[in-house]
Amino acid sequence: MSNLNAIKISESVYWVGAIDWNIRYFHGYATLKGTTYNAYLVMADKITLIDGVKKGFECELLERVASVVDPQKIEYIVSNHAEPDHSGGIAKIAEIVKPEKIFASKGGVRALAAYYPELKVEAVADGGELTLGNKTLKFMETKMLHWPDSMFSYLAEEEVLFSQDAFGMHLATSERFDDELPWSLLEEMSTGYYANIITLYSPFVQNLLKKVAASGLTFKVVAPDHGPVWRNMDNFVKMLGFYDKWSARRTDKKAVIVYDSMWHSTEKMARYIEDGLTSQGIKVKSLFMQSSDRSEVAAELLDASALIVGSPTINNELFPSVADVMCYLKGLKFKTPFTAAFGSYGWSGESVKYLTQMLTDMGGELVGSVKALYLPTEEIKKQCFELGCGIGEKINNKN
Amino acid sequence: MDKYVCGICGHVYDPAVGDPDSGIAPGTPFEAIPEDWVCPICGVSKDNFTKE
Repeated sequence: MSNLNAIKISESVYWVGAIDWNIRYFHGYATLKGTTYNAYLVMADKITLIDGVKKGFECELLERVASVVDPQKIEYIVSNHAEPDHSGGIAKIAEIVKPEKIFASKGGVRALAAYYPELKVEAVADGGELTLGNKTLKFMETKMLHWPDSMFSYLAEEEVLFSQDAFGMHLATSERFDDELPWSLLEEMSTGYYANIITLYSPFVQNLLKKVAASGLTFKVVAPDHGPVWRNMDNFVKMLGFYDKWSARRTDKKAVIVYDSMWHSTEKMARYIEDGLTSQGIKVKSLFMQSSDRSEVAAELLDASALIVGSPTINNELFPSVADVMCYLKGLKFKTPFTAAFGSYGWSGESVKYLTQMLTDMGGELVGSVKALYLPTEEIKKQCFELGCGIGEKINNKN
Repeated sequence: MDKYVCGICGHVYDPAVGDPDSGIAPGTPFEAIPEDWVCPICGVSKDNFTKE
């Protein structure tokens, strides 16, 4: 019988996950390059499976395991993160494998009990250890990174960190390791991942970075639950630097303009604001919500110093696509140093008022706003340009 | 007795329920919880809670 193959990532550890080339939408996040659901087989005395895969990918996991060992020889399953893209396959895998025990954090036990009442799961303590005979797994809770149940597992003898969603990215590739891919791709995909999944928990990331540094643990391999496995530690340290930058919300000389438009008036305003910013040497990303996804906005905003939002007024309200992205950014707790609002209207013109309120609630300094009745006049275009210049000056003074 | 909400994860501390897993008996007002108590969901300290 032929099997899909496992990939060896350390002396006794194999990647036995699944590649999802086709997924394009992941709970509100556009995954334009697909993703992987990583799971790992530890060939210790007690053969252990770390994490599962999404429901529907169980056979791929079991085949890869079978290329190394009979899946029924698996004695332990460790679930680092209970979200269904990692636990969805566990019930079926457990039914086939019949492991001796399944382990998760205390929060993981709660979440897995809700999803899969038939599973018997044992809690491990933060800082606790599990002996696999000739190897040892150590556990570190990483609450809210990015669920309450999340934890890291660490294979001490081989210095392998199983980091669940942390340091992961939604990227389907045939390459399994970071050093087989260009850095620009790793940075781009990690940026999108952090922005959309982790931004709101940035204070926890800062604490975690300190906790990991204080633990004195060293790593040879960092194995996340999505995307490539980190084995080039220079790359990983560089990525840790980005996690530090993003979680500390250190921003660049960059502005993001997000808008939608009915009859091109709000669009024109966006162009003049953009031109004002550019004249001050600020890098601008202008995102039109009929051709951009909310997750692209989050990704671009991660290192931006200004968020400028435009919406026409429709039926006395915001344009729905703009309301959507604002709700999303508010949830991710994006606090951007400088903000502004703009938009056109025909008679009532509530959109700018609503936007300024939302932006104020999200924090940061509201620099100004511009409204245009039907069509931006020469005077309004000038105001838009000047608003862009004003924001640009503030960014330059700050950075 | 007032309910308190965690500013990080949104968990609500209900004094009627307490937090038995952490040894906080039902009927304990938020003010009477020890200062080293943490949110049972996300683990942040007591000062992250505000009155609901």
